[in-house]
Amino acid sequence: MSSIALLAVGLLALLTGYQIYSRYIARRIYQLDPDFRTPAHEFEDGVDFVPTNRHVLFGHHFTSVAGAAPIVGPAIAVIWGWLPAFLWVVLGTIFAGAVHDFGTLWISTRHKANSIGTLAESIVGGRARVLFLLIIFFLLLLVNAVFAVVIANLLLRNPGAVLPVWGSLAVALVVGMLIYRTKLGILGPSLAALVILYVLIWLGQYVPFQLPDFFGFAPTAAQITAAAGDPVVAAAAARTDGVRAGWVIILFVYAFFASVLPVWLLLQPRDYVNSHQLFVALGIIFLGVLITNPTIVAPAVNTRLPDDAPSWFPLLFITIACGAISGFHGLVASGTSAKQLNVETDARYIGYGGAIGEGALALTSILATTAGFAMVVGVDGWHEHYGTWARASAGATTAFVTGVGYLAQGVGIPEPVAVIFAAVVVITFAATTMDTGVRLQRYIISELGAEYKVSIARNRWFATAVAVGSCALMALGIDRGAGGMRLWPLFGTTNQLTGALSLLVVTLFLYRLRRRIWVTAVPMAFLLVMTTWAMVLNLIRYWTDSQIVLLGVGGAVFVLEIWLVFEAVSAVRRALAARAQEAPEGASAET
Amino acid sequence: MWSRLRARLRAAREIYEGVFIAPYRSEIHREYLRQRDLFFLLGFSDLIGVPNPVGFYTLELYPELIEQFHQWHLRMGMPHAPAGGFRCC
Repeated sequence: MSSIALLAVGLLALLTGYQIYSRYIARRIYQLDPDFRTPAHEFEDGVDFVPTNRHVLFGHHFTSVAGAAPIVGPAIAVIWGWLPAFLWVVLGTIFAGAVHDFGTLWISTRHKANSIGTLAESIVGGRARVLFLLIIFFLLLLVNAVFAVVIANLLLRNPGAVLPVWGSLAVALVVGMLIYRTKLGILGPSLAALVILYVLIWLGQYVPFQLPDFFGFAPTAAQITAAAGDPVVAAAAARTDGVRAGWVIILFVYAFFASVLPVWLLLQPRDYVNSHQLFVALGIIFLGVLITNPTIVAPAVNTRLPDDAPSWFPLLFITIACGAISGFHGLVASGTSAKQLNVETDARYIGYGGAIGEGALALTSILATTAGFAMVVGVDGWHEHYGTWARASAGATTAFVTGVGYLAQGVGIPEPVAVIFAAVVVITFAATTMDTGVRLQRYIISELGAEYKVSIARNRWFATAVAVGSCALMALGIDRGAGGMRLWPLFGTTNQLTGALSLLVVTLFLYRLRRRIWVTAVPMAFLLVMTTWAMVLNLIRYWTDSQIVLLGVGGAVFVLEIWLVFEAVSAVRRALAARAQEAPEGASAET
Repeated sequence: MWSRLRARLRAAREIYEGVFIAPYRSEIHREYLRQRDLFFLLGFSDLIGVPNPVGFYTLELYPELIEQFHQWHLRMGMPHAPAGGFRCC
């Protein structure tokens, strides 16, 4: 099948969803009011609460929600063929993800731009706040661990990416300092940082760097078996584990300092560069598809599925989280974007439209791995790469990077530079998420410490050390880091749980307003059923594989999941009882 | 035609600055406010029951600072307010 045709069908479906479904929700369900005084106007302070042009706010929102996750998830999920991944990305975005993002933005705007955690407490109940904090804690724990493994794998396989990745970091520090301490302004130094990054990407091909093996691990029994007794091959596999572990530790040392340094010094200059990288990467991929139009040679439905691969139903729905529906978006929509919404009717364009953009990014991942990558390695090479579930997970970003490299050649970028560019895009997205993730985890540890009166947890250095240490243990605890990508389904599950909790909050609010609730209740129920089902299958698998770390974390996430189901049932029962007690002439709860 | 082109370029530049530069500017402003908030604390610590050892010297700053007092107490008070989402005045 032609890539252009699939891309056109996907984009057309997403745009139709925006034009028809989101309009219906805006008018009939959320009933957006252009005269409603938004928090940006009510609490305008020039810093956080600022009425913002809709296109500008779309840019802020989209660059905040789009990252590495909508690339990694689909790149793994195409193991079941491109069709299931494509359908879930498109339909999931239209009927679940975009509705969720739109809903959290709208409900936050109607509640003084409060975050979804605060709203969960006031609308669902007091326990919901602790549940929310715990879900977010696990979400960040998993995302930091899994992204560290993603970055380590990419640095391991793309030595040319080491210079641009770490070089741009040093440049960001210098630029942050220059902007803060001198009168050079923001635009000049930031553009210079962007130009230096692209120069470093070009230079990277001439200065490859491979980290030495600091650990000298002995080969494991599994590596010896896989090497068919060849000691050289087994030793090479053990050395790879050592190098990966080295990168993971370096990354967490970096994340420790990045999360305690002032935001203006490192994160802000990096965000500037990354937000450009997002649009440049999207542009190159779309242009590459239009120019090269590679044939999708990977199967629509993979009939040669490896024995160790789980069934697509229901695992697909937790493998692709971001790109279809992501609870993380609710944190951005309610915590940040709601404070800048100029007119309530803009919520449709920003909330629903931002999710459509994320869906488009996920589509590029599907195309890069099933057309671009498959064109490079051939059909048999593709089946070999996706020959085991473990290899498909660990090599997902490699497939994406190779695929983007192929598409970028169509735009005229030489192959080695294109591959390094693609690797740097994924690494910088993942690294920025890690920076923010460790910082947020530090806040949550401090908040949980305050809740349960553990005073040391409020210490910045201690909280950061706990955050970084727990993530590093998680990343290296599964087969010395080689199995780190097995955390991905757990990350997907916690992300979907966050989304389900947000949808529960919106559903209950709609119920109080006596409006139709199926728009949010159906995706919420779907998510709860699918994630619970998938978690049971995963737990059985971890038990039979004797994976203690995965079993422990998976068990904890499963407990949170059951807790959320009980909270949902209990909240719905309370809402029904309250409705039954209301006098028929009772005033509407309209806000 | 040229004026329309210029207007479009200006609009594009404004969107670019809004998307990419404004968050940076806002972050630096936030850092500036953080430092200024500390300075306010030195000036008005008596008001929250903390004895001010340099009150004698900061007293003459009051007329200059009082205009910004409301913004300061909003920033300081709201994140720790006992009622979630409560706003002053």
